[in-house]
Amino acid sequence: MTRSQKTNGPKMSDASLHASTLREDEASFGDYFALLKPRVMSLVVFTALVGLLAAPVAVHPVIGFCAILFIAIGGGASGALNMWWDADIDKVMKRTKGRPIPAGKVEAGEALSLGLALSGMSVVMLALATNLLAGAFLAFTIFFYVVVYTMWLKRATPQNIVIGGAAGAFPPVIGWIAATGTMSVEPWLMFALTFVWTPPHFWALALFMRNDYDDAGVPMLTVTHGRRATRVHILVYTILLAILAVGTAFSGVGGPVYLAVSLVLNALFLHGAWKIWRRDEDDSEADNFKVERSFFKLSLLYLFLHFGAILTEALLKPFGLGGW
Amino acid sequence: MSFKPQHELHQRRFGRNMGVGLSLAGFVVLVLALTIVKVTSDDFKLPKIQTLEQN
Repeated sequence: MTRSQKTNGPKMSDASLHASTLREDEASFGDYFALLKPRVMSLVVFTALVGLLAAPVAVHPVIGFCAILFIAIGGGASGALNMWWDADIDKVMKRTKGRPIPAGKVEAGEALSLGLALSGMSVVMLALATNLLAGAFLAFTIFFYVVVYTMWLKRATPQNIVIGGAAGAFPPVIGWIAATGTMSVEPWLMFALTFVWTPPHFWALALFMRNDYDDAGVPMLTVTHGRRATRVHILVYTILLAILAVGTAFSGVGGPVYLAVSLVLNALFLHGAWKIWRRDEDDSEADNFKVERSFFKLSLLYLFLHFGAILTEALLKPFGLGGW
Repeated sequence: MSFKPQHELHQRRFGRNMGVGLSLAGFVVLVLALTIVKVTSDDFKLPKIQTLEQN
Protein backbone atom coordinates (compact mmCIF):
# COMPACT_ATOMS: atom_id res chain seq x y z
CA MET A 1 0.00 0.00 0.00
CA THR A 2 1.37 3.39 -0.95
CA ARG A 3 1.60 6.33 1.42
CA SER A 4 -1.28 8.06 -0.33
CA GLN A 5 -3.56 5.03 0.13
CA LYS A 6 -2.72 4.92 3.82
CA THR A 7 -3.66 8.55 4.11
CA ASN A 8 -6.80 8.67 1.99
CA GLY A 9 -8.08 5.07 1.95
CA PRO A 10 -8.13 2.64 -0.97
CA LYS A 11 -10.53 4.61 -3.19
CA MET A 12 -9.18 6.55 -6.15
CA SER A 13 -8.29 10.04 -5.06
CA ASP A 14 -6.48 13.06 -6.41
CA ALA A 15 -3.48 12.13 -4.34
CA SER A 16 -3.30 8.53 -5.57
CA LEU A 17 -2.95 9.80 -9.12
CA HIS A 18 0.28 11.38 -8.03
CA ALA A 19 1.46 8.44 -5.98
CA SER A 20 4.42 7.88 -8.30
CA THR A 21 5.68 11.36 -7.57
CA LEU A 22 5.85 10.82 -3.80
CA ARG A 23 9.41 10.53 -2.63
CA GLU A 24 10.88 10.70 0.83
CA ASP A 25 14.06 12.34 -0.49
CA GLU A 26 12.14 14.89 -2.51
CA ALA A 27 14.12 17.93 -3.58
CA SER A 28 13.62 21.18 -1.74
CA PHE A 29 13.95 24.65 -3.25
CA GLY A 30 17.46 24.71 -1.77
CA ASP A 31 18.44 21.62 -3.77
CA TYR A 32 17.50 23.33 -7.02
CA PHE A 33 19.36 26.42 -5.86
CA ALA A 34 22.41 24.24 -5.12
CA LEU A 35 22.42 23.26 -8.83
CA LEU A 36 23.43 26.85 -9.55
CA LYS A 37 26.69 26.44 -7.58
CA PRO A 38 26.10 29.34 -5.16
CA ARG A 39 29.72 29.57 -4.05
CA VAL A 40 30.96 29.92 -7.62
CA MET A 41 28.10 32.33 -8.22
CA SER A 42 29.33 34.55 -5.37
CA LEU A 43 32.69 34.92 -7.17
CA VAL A 44 30.84 35.69 -10.42
CA VAL A 45 28.70 38.33 -8.67
CA PHE A 46 31.67 39.98 -7.03
CA THR A 47 33.95 40.13 -10.09
CA ALA A 48 31.10 41.25 -12.36
CA LEU A 49 30.21 43.97 -9.86
CA VAL A 50 33.81 45.17 -9.82
CA GLY A 51 33.83 45.22 -13.65
CA LEU A 52 30.59 47.21 -13.66
CA LEU A 53 31.68 49.74 -11.02
CA ALA A 54 35.24 50.14 -12.31
CA ALA A 55 33.90 51.16 -15.73
CA PRO A 56 34.13 54.90 -16.37
CA VAL A 57 30.36 55.20 -16.93
CA ALA A 58 27.70 55.74 -14.26
CA VAL A 59 24.99 53.09 -14.31
CA HIS A 60 21.49 53.50 -12.88
CA PRO A 61 21.30 51.38 -9.70
CA VAL A 62 18.31 49.36 -10.95
CA ILE A 63 20.01 48.60 -14.26
CA GLY A 64 23.25 47.77 -12.43
CA PHE A 65 21.37 45.44 -10.08
CA CYS A 66 19.64 43.73 -13.01
CA ALA A 67 22.95 43.35 -14.87
CA ILE A 68 24.64 41.65 -11.91
CA LEU A 69 21.60 39.48 -11.19
CA PHE A 70 21.32 38.21 -14.76
CA ILE A 71 25.07 37.62 -15.03
CA ALA A 72 24.80 35.62 -11.78
CA ILE A 73 21.80 33.64 -13.06
CA GLY A 74 23.66 32.96 -16.33
CA GLY A 75 26.65 31.71 -14.32
CA GLY A 76 24.33 29.60 -12.17
CA ALA A 77 22.63 28.16 -15.24
CA SER A 78 25.95 27.04 -16.64
CA GLY A 79 26.63 25.41 -13.24
CA ALA A 80 23.38 23.44 -13.53
CA LEU A 81 24.28 22.33 -17.06
CA ASN A 82 27.72 21.33 -15.80
CA MET A 83 26.11 19.19 -13.07
CA TRP A 84 23.79 17.60 -15.63
CA TRP A 85 26.68 16.58 -17.89
CA ASP A 86 29.07 15.59 -15.07
CA ALA A 87 26.56 13.62 -12.97
CA ASP A 88 28.49 10.39 -13.64
CA ILE A 89 31.82 11.66 -12.34
CA ASP A 90 30.30 13.78 -9.56
CA LYS A 91 29.06 10.64 -7.83
CA VAL A 92 32.59 9.20 -7.84
CA MET A 93 34.38 12.22 -6.38
CA LYS A 94 34.28 12.83 -2.62
CA ARG A 95 34.15 16.60 -3.15
CA THR A 96 31.07 16.44 -5.39
CA LYS A 97 29.07 13.37 -4.41
CA GLY A 98 26.87 15.42 -2.08
CA ARG A 99 25.59 17.53 -5.02
CA PRO A 100 21.84 17.28 -5.69
CA ILE A 101 22.04 14.86 -8.66
CA PRO A 102 24.47 12.26 -7.22
CA ALA A 103 22.66 12.57 -3.86
CA GLY A 104 19.45 11.47 -5.64
CA LYS A 105 17.54 14.64 -4.83
CA VAL A 106 17.24 15.99 -8.36
CA GLU A 107 17.03 14.16 -11.69
CA ALA A 108 19.72 14.96 -14.27
CA GLY A 109 16.99 15.95 -16.74
CA GLU A 110 15.64 18.50 -14.29
CA ALA A 111 19.08 20.10 -14.06
CA LEU A 112 19.23 20.22 -17.87
CA SER A 113 15.80 21.89 -18.09
CA LEU A 114 16.60 24.38 -15.35
CA GLY A 115 19.99 25.19 -16.88
CA LEU A 116 18.60 25.74 -20.37
CA ALA A 117 15.65 27.82 -19.16
CA LEU A 118 17.79 30.05 -16.94
CA SER A 119 20.46 30.40 -19.66
CA GLY A 120 17.92 31.69 -22.17
CA MET A 121 16.20 33.94 -19.66
CA SER A 122 19.42 35.47 -18.32
CA VAL A 123 20.89 36.21 -21.77
CA VAL A 124 17.69 37.81 -23.09
CA MET A 125 17.11 39.82 -19.91
CA LEU A 126 20.72 41.04 -19.73
CA ALA A 127 20.55 42.16 -23.37
CA LEU A 128 17.26 44.00 -22.71
CA ALA A 129 18.42 45.53 -19.43
CA THR A 130 21.83 46.70 -20.69
CA ASN A 131 22.94 46.08 -24.27
CA LEU A 132 23.22 43.37 -26.94
CA LEU A 133 26.99 43.03 -26.62
CA ALA A 134 26.72 42.18 -22.91
CA GLY A 135 24.00 39.61 -23.65
CA ALA A 136 26.12 38.09 -26.43
CA PHE A 137 29.13 37.84 -24.11
CA LEU A 138 27.05 36.14 -21.43
CA ALA A 139 25.76 33.65 -24.02
CA PHE A 140 29.33 32.97 -25.15
CA THR A 141 30.47 32.49 -21.54
CA ILE A 142 27.74 29.91 -20.90
CA PHE A 143 28.61 28.16 -24.19
CA PHE A 144 32.31 28.21 -23.32
CA TYR A 145 31.83 26.77 -19.83
CA VAL A 146 29.29 24.11 -20.79
CA VAL A 147 30.38 23.01 -24.25
CA VAL A 148 34.08 23.91 -24.54
CA TYR A 149 35.11 23.19 -20.93
CA THR A 150 32.61 20.69 -19.47
CA MET A 151 31.76 18.62 -22.54
CA TRP A 152 35.02 18.82 -24.44
CA LEU A 153 38.16 19.80 -22.57
CA LYS A 154 37.54 18.57 -19.03
CA ARG A 155 37.82 14.88 -19.91
CA ALA A 156 40.14 15.28 -22.88
CA THR A 157 43.21 17.23 -21.84
CA PRO A 158 45.24 18.10 -18.74
CA GLN A 159 45.06 21.70 -19.97
CA ASN A 160 41.32 21.60 -19.09
CA ILE A 161 41.75 23.98 -16.18
CA VAL A 162 43.98 26.38 -18.12
CA ILE A 163 41.59 26.91 -21.04
CA GLY A 164 38.41 26.33 -19.04
CA GLY A 165 39.49 29.03 -16.62
CA ALA A 166 38.48 31.56 -19.26
CA ALA A 167 34.81 30.88 -18.53
CA GLY A 168 35.21 31.98 -14.92
CA ALA A 169 37.21 35.02 -16.02
CA PHE A 170 34.53 36.57 -18.24
CA PRO A 171 32.18 38.10 -15.59
CA PRO A 172 34.18 41.33 -15.02
CA VAL A 173 34.33 41.80 -18.79
CA ILE A 174 30.55 41.35 -19.03
CA GLY A 175 30.05 43.76 -16.12
CA TRP A 176 32.22 46.38 -17.85
CA ILE A 177 30.42 45.93 -21.19
CA ALA A 178 27.04 46.11 -19.43
CA ALA A 179 28.06 49.56 -18.17
CA THR A 180 29.83 50.95 -21.22
CA GLY A 181 28.54 48.99 -24.23
CA THR A 182 32.13 48.85 -25.50
CA MET A 183 35.39 47.04 -24.79
CA SER A 184 38.76 48.35 -23.70
CA VAL A 185 42.00 47.06 -22.21
CA GLU A 186 41.04 47.30 -18.51
CA PRO A 187 38.36 44.58 -18.38
CA TRP A 188 40.70 42.26 -20.24
CA LEU A 189 43.33 42.83 -17.55
CA MET A 190 40.72 41.73 -14.98
CA PHE A 191 39.96 38.78 -17.23
CA ALA A 192 43.66 37.87 -17.39
CA LEU A 193 43.97 38.12 -13.61
CA THR A 194 41.30 35.46 -13.05
CA PHE A 195 42.42 33.43 -16.06
CA VAL A 196 46.05 33.06 -14.88
CA TRP A 197 44.96 32.65 -11.24
CA THR A 198 42.69 29.65 -11.99
CA PRO A 199 45.34 26.98 -12.81
CA PRO A 200 47.47 27.29 -9.62
CA HIS A 201 44.24 27.52 -7.57
CA PHE A 202 42.88 24.25 -8.97
CA TRP A 203 46.20 22.43 -9.17
CA ALA A 204 46.76 23.08 -5.46
CA LEU A 205 43.32 21.56 -4.85
CA ALA A 206 44.20 18.59 -7.05
CA LEU A 207 47.37 17.99 -5.00
CA PHE A 208 45.52 17.47 -1.73
CA MET A 209 42.27 15.99 -3.14
CA ARG A 210 44.52 13.43 -4.73
CA ASN A 211 42.24 10.43 -5.23
CA ASP A 212 39.20 12.35 -6.41
CA TYR A 213 40.36 13.14 -9.93
CA ASP A 214 42.16 9.79 -10.29
CA ASP A 215 38.99 7.86 -9.41
CA ALA A 216 36.85 9.93 -11.78
CA GLY A 217 39.33 9.57 -14.64
CA VAL A 218 39.55 13.32 -15.15
CA PRO A 219 42.94 14.02 -16.78
CA MET A 220 44.17 16.55 -14.27
CA LEU A 221 47.82 17.49 -14.51
CA THR A 222 48.49 15.49 -11.34
CA VAL A 223 47.24 12.35 -13.11
CA THR A 224 48.73 12.80 -16.59
CA HIS A 225 52.06 14.49 -15.90
CA GLY A 226 52.62 13.59 -12.27
CA ARG A 227 52.65 15.51 -9.06
CA ARG A 228 56.20 16.85 -9.46
CA ALA A 229 55.25 18.48 -12.79
CA THR A 230 52.14 19.96 -11.14
CA ARG A 231 54.29 21.61 -8.47
CA VAL A 232 56.51 23.12 -11.19
CA HIS A 233 53.46 24.34 -13.10
CA ILE A 234 52.04 25.99 -9.98
CA LEU A 235 55.29 27.94 -9.49
CA VAL A 236 55.53 29.01 -13.15
CA TYR A 237 51.92 30.18 -13.30
CA THR A 238 52.28 32.01 -9.99
CA ILE A 239 55.31 33.93 -11.33
CA LEU A 240 53.35 34.87 -14.47
CA LEU A 241 50.39 35.86 -12.30
CA ALA A 242 52.54 38.07 -10.08
CA ILE A 243 53.90 39.97 -13.10
CA LEU A 244 50.41 40.44 -14.49
CA ALA A 245 48.79 41.36 -11.17
CA VAL A 246 51.39 43.95 -10.21
CA GLY A 247 51.46 45.31 -13.78
CA THR A 248 47.70 45.90 -13.59
CA ALA A 249 48.41 48.45 -10.84
CA PHE A 250 49.63 50.85 -13.54
CA SER A 251 46.53 50.54 -15.72
CA GLY A 252 43.29 52.54 -15.64
CA VAL A 253 41.80 50.31 -12.93
CA GLY A 254 44.91 50.34 -10.73
CA GLY A 255 46.31 52.86 -8.28
CA PRO A 256 48.34 53.11 -5.07
CA VAL A 257 45.88 51.08 -2.97
CA TYR A 258 45.83 48.31 -5.55
CA LEU A 259 49.62 48.38 -5.87
CA ALA A 260 50.14 48.02 -2.11
CA VAL A 261 47.61 45.18 -1.84
CA SER A 262 49.02 43.44 -4.90
CA LEU A 263 52.63 43.62 -3.74
CA VAL A 264 51.82 42.04 -0.37
CA LEU A 265 49.55 39.34 -1.80
CA ASN A 266 51.92 38.39 -4.61
CA ALA A 267 54.84 38.14 -2.19
CA LEU A 268 52.78 35.74 -0.04
CA PHE A 269 51.50 33.81 -3.06
CA LEU A 270 54.97 33.45 -4.57
CA HIS A 271 56.31 32.29 -1.23
CA GLY A 272 53.54 29.66 -1.03
CA ALA A 273 54.19 28.47 -4.60
CA TRP A 274 57.90 28.28 -3.91
CA LYS A 275 57.26 26.15 -0.81
CA ILE A 276 55.00 23.83 -2.83
CA TRP A 277 57.70 23.52 -5.50
CA ARG A 278 60.38 22.65 -2.93
CA ARG A 279 58.36 19.88 -1.30
CA ASP A 280 58.06 16.29 -2.30
CA GLU A 281 55.22 13.85 -1.62
CA ASP A 282 56.73 12.56 1.60
CA ASP A 283 56.88 16.08 3.06
CA SER A 284 53.30 16.73 2.03
CA GLU A 285 51.92 13.50 3.40
CA ALA A 286 53.80 14.01 6.67
CA ASP A 287 51.75 17.13 7.47
CA ASN A 288 48.62 16.18 5.46
CA PHE A 289 49.31 18.72 2.70
CA LYS A 290 49.38 21.67 5.07
CA VAL A 291 51.27 23.95 2.67
CA GLU A 292 49.08 23.02 -0.31
CA ARG A 293 45.92 23.58 1.71
CA SER A 294 47.05 26.97 2.98
CA PHE A 295 48.09 27.96 -0.58
CA PHE A 296 44.58 27.03 -1.76
CA LYS A 297 42.98 29.13 1.00
CA LEU A 298 45.31 32.02 0.23
CA SER A 299 44.36 31.79 -3.45
CA LEU A 300 40.71 32.51 -2.55
CA LEU A 301 41.74 35.54 -0.53
CA TYR A 302 44.18 36.58 -3.26
CA LEU A 303 41.52 36.99 -5.93
CA PHE A 304 38.97 38.52 -3.59
CA LEU A 305 41.40 41.16 -2.34
CA HIS A 306 42.74 42.03 -5.80
CA PHE A 307 39.23 42.70 -7.07
CA GLY A 308 38.43 44.42 -3.77
CA ALA A 309 41.38 46.76 -4.38
CA ILE A 310 40.17 47.53 -7.92
CA LEU A 311 36.74 48.29 -6.45
CA THR A 312 38.30 50.53 -3.78
CA GLU A 313 40.17 52.51 -6.45
CA ALA A 314 36.92 52.93 -8.41
CA LEU A 315 34.97 54.04 -5.33
CA LEU A 316 37.69 56.56 -4.37
CA LYS A 317 37.73 58.21 -7.81
CA PRO A 318 34.64 60.42 -7.23
CA PHE A 319 36.55 61.92 -4.27
CA GLY A 320 39.60 62.59 -6.41
CA LEU A 321 41.61 59.88 -4.66
CA GLY A 322 41.52 56.66 -6.72
CA GLY A 323 43.94 55.86 -9.55
CA TRP A 324 47.20 57.63 -10.36
CA MET B 1 -19.88 20.33 2.70
CA SER B 2 -16.53 20.54 4.39
CA PHE B 3 -13.05 21.35 3.15
CA LYS B 4 -10.83 18.35 2.52
CA PRO B 5 -7.69 18.39 4.64
CA GLN B 6 -4.65 19.51 2.69
CA HIS B 7 -2.84 16.56 1.24
CA GLU B 8 0.58 15.78 2.67
CA LEU B 9 2.11 16.29 -0.79
CA HIS B 10 1.22 19.99 -0.75
CA GLN B 11 2.50 20.38 2.79
CA ARG B 12 5.76 18.73 1.86
CA ARG B 13 6.19 20.85 -1.25
CA PHE B 14 5.17 24.06 0.48
CA GLY B 15 8.75 25.31 0.77
CA ARG B 16 9.53 24.58 -2.86
CA ASN B 17 6.30 26.16 -4.11
CA MET B 18 6.81 29.19 -1.92
CA GLY B 19 10.36 29.57 -3.26
CA VAL B 20 9.19 29.39 -6.88
CA GLY B 21 6.32 31.79 -6.15
CA LEU B 22 8.54 34.36 -4.49
CA SER B 23 11.13 34.07 -7.28
CA LEU B 24 8.47 34.72 -9.92
CA ALA B 25 6.99 37.61 -7.93
CA GLY B 26 10.48 39.09 -7.56
CA PHE B 27 11.04 38.74 -11.31
CA VAL B 28 7.78 40.57 -12.06
CA VAL B 29 8.74 43.42 -9.71
CA LEU B 30 12.19 43.58 -11.29
CA VAL B 31 10.80 43.80 -14.84
CA LEU B 32 8.40 46.51 -13.71
CA ALA B 33 11.19 48.50 -12.06
CA LEU B 34 13.41 48.07 -15.11
CA THR B 35 10.61 49.25 -17.42
CA ILE B 36 9.99 52.35 -15.32
CA VAL B 37 13.72 53.19 -15.28
CA LYS B 38 14.02 52.67 -19.04
CA VAL B 39 10.98 54.71 -20.11
CA THR B 40 11.74 57.59 -17.73
CA SER B 41 15.40 57.92 -18.76
CA ASP B 42 16.49 60.84 -20.96
CA ASP B 43 17.70 58.45 -23.65
CA PHE B 44 14.29 56.85 -24.13
CA LYS B 45 12.78 57.27 -27.59
CA LEU B 46 9.61 55.74 -28.99
CA PRO B 47 10.20 53.29 -31.85
CA LYS B 48 10.00 54.97 -35.30
CA ILE B 49 6.74 53.26 -36.38
CA GLN B 50 4.85 54.55 -33.37
CA THR B 51 6.30 58.03 -33.82
CA LEU B 52 5.08 58.13 -37.45
CA GLU B 53 1.58 56.98 -36.44
CA GLN B 54 1.37 59.74 -33.86
CA ASN B 55 2.37 62.34 -36.48
